[in-house]
Amino acid sequence: MANVQASPVATAADDVALSYPSPLKEFWQGFSHNKGAVAGLVFMLAITLSALLAPWLAPYNPIEQYRDAILAPPVWMDGGSSRFLFGTDELGRDLLSRLIHGARLSLLIGLTSVVMAMVPGVILGLIAAFFPKVLGSLIMRLMDIMMALPALLLAVAIVAILGPGLINTMIAIAIVALPAYVRLTRASAMTELNRDYVTASRVAGAGLVRLMFVCVLPNCMAPLIVHATMSFSSAILEAAALGFLGLGVQPPTPEWGTMLASARDYIERAWWVVTLPGLTILLSVLAINLMGDGLRDALDPKLKRAA
Amino acid sequence: MFSFILRRLGLLLPTFFGITLITFGLIRLIPGDPVEVMVGERTLDPQMHADAMHRLGLDKPIYLQYVDYLHNLATGHLGESLVTKDSVWKEFTTLFPATLELAVMAMLFAAVFGLLAGVIAAIKRGSIFDHGVMGLALTGFSMPIFWWGLILIMFFSVKLGWTPVSGRLDLAFDIAPRTGFMLIDAWLAEAADPSLNAGAFKDALKHLILPAIVLGTIPLAVIARMTRSSMLEVLREDYVRTARAKGLSPARVIFIHTLRNAMIPVLTVMGLQVGTLMGGAVLTETIFSWPGIGKWLIDAISRRDYPVVQNGILMVATLVILVNFIVDILYGIANPRIRHAK
Repeated sequence: MANVQASPVATAADDVALSYPSPLKEFWQGFSHNKGAVAGLVFMLAITLSALLAPWLAPYNPIEQYRDAILAPPVWMDGGSSRFLFGTDELGRDLLSRLIHGARLSLLIGLTSVVMAMVPGVILGLIAAFFPKVLGSLIMRLMDIMMALPALLLAVAIVAILGPGLINTMIAIAIVALPAYVRLTRASAMTELNRDYVTASRVAGAGLVRLMFVCVLPNCMAPLIVHATMSFSSAILEAAALGFLGLGVQPPTPEWGTMLASARDYIERAWWVVTLPGLTILLSVLAINLMGDGLRDALDPKLKRAA
Repeated sequence: MFSFILRRLGLLLPTFFGITLITFGLIRLIPGDPVEVMVGERTLDPQMHADAMHRLGLDKPIYLQYVDYLHNLATGHLGESLVTKDSVWKEFTTLFPATLELAVMAMLFAAVFGLLAGVIAAIKRGSIFDHGVMGLALTGFSMPIFWWGLILIMFFSVKLGWTPVSGRLDLAFDIAPRTGFMLIDAWLAEAADPSLNAGAFKDALKHLILPAIVLGTIPLAVIARMTRSSMLEVLREDYVRTARAKGLSPARVIFIHTLRNAMIPVLTVMGLQVGTLMGGAVLTETIFSWPGIGKWLIDAISRRDYPVVQNGILMVATLVILVNFIVDILYGIANPRIRHAK
């Protein structure tokens, strides 16, 4: 920071730097204290990398059918060969390549639906907090109605109207996730609104948009980030559930849930077709939830004690 | 107390009307013309098309259609299935006991093991058991239950042959539905005619066990986590220390002094799980071919049986808000602070 022959002033600055670590460092200390969270992060980095590099990493085209190797077992089993490391499915498609390409879809659905729920959710939540009388209670009643429907059932109903497919899956999951963001934003914004710094900005003449997004919103971010992680994992689960019910991404696209739906008929003779896609879903969701726990510990010490 | 119930009821009604708006809008939001969707691929001459629109009341202005819809609901007309021509209400009431039976067993499983695991984890805080239980709880919470069902079928039904793969009862038994709950019906039938229906109850139980475990997994994880943290909170209270200091037995301190007070948040969480159970029932019933309302709704969607989809969803949602309402009231009875809060 300062050079060695520093003036007393610089030394004082050094002291300050010592006693207050940079926010990023402080965050990492809190996060890395949780071993599970670090393991989750490492696993998710691996999944993300393989999703990004899927065309180069996957040994085969995920929808190409090798008719000479239908339901070939994984390499470590009797009759398995190194040609297909995780074996093949009922149409002779390489399972490993399908899982790697499936990671792209799951992460895409997760990310898009989180953004699609978070942006309108935050805006609606802030509006509800700033205008609690008419507009706020109207918004909150609407969210109550959406919350009364079980999440998966609402998603199923939405897809039933819009029709199955990738885009509609993302829309359905985002709509289902919306009320939680609105409630969370409203609740934390309401507490912030009573603080002196908001009054100070108001007196200083800050406009409504500035008050909302520059003054209040950054102070509500911690619980929102934690919730975004959790809703990312439930988005992956819901997308897979919709795919499994035949209402999500349609075959032959290698989506993890869709893969399981077609694997059901081979439960008696090819355990790998059933086990591997589900295990991938479970591990990814678990990894994200572990990360969420770590994020909560690091960002929101109050919640840590509560939970 | 009475005004508390009235206040809650006041919140319930707008929610119910909101849901009718959603289910009403459902059919109108389907891209294309509902008549064409119902007829399918076949072409229709314009006169028949107009007749169909008129018969369904679709030629009226939209707000009048909504009024009609509400009127039909109020008079108990929930429409008929396009496929079976049975009334939606009749289909719902015949299938609902199957879902209820499954959900009750799942909740029972989740509550018993969740409470037990949570209590032990809290007492032995920081031990291997605690870490193990919490790790398992997080895994259960992250579980794709449709896959979990398949794995259990693969192991217990296919490999070990302990449990049947699907359905509620072996086809060898022919039991007339009396209560709609297969366990009770099978037990009654076995008691009435032991020679013909020997083993029916055991068979029904075997059919129920895997679906109940699958459906109960996520609630189990949630209950275990909640019980542990709530127990840890209460264990710090002064009255627990007092109870210990008085020389009461550890079991008495844990179960009478601590658990009873730790139960309030756990009960709330259990009430909130009803929605999760209904969503999970859709998946569980599909995997195990369980003839309940979850499977009914999914089948209706794939057959484009819109009256069933529309009013089936309405009834499930109504059920969920009613259960939440009852939980709210019970909670108000148990905890005066809630009742008198503004």
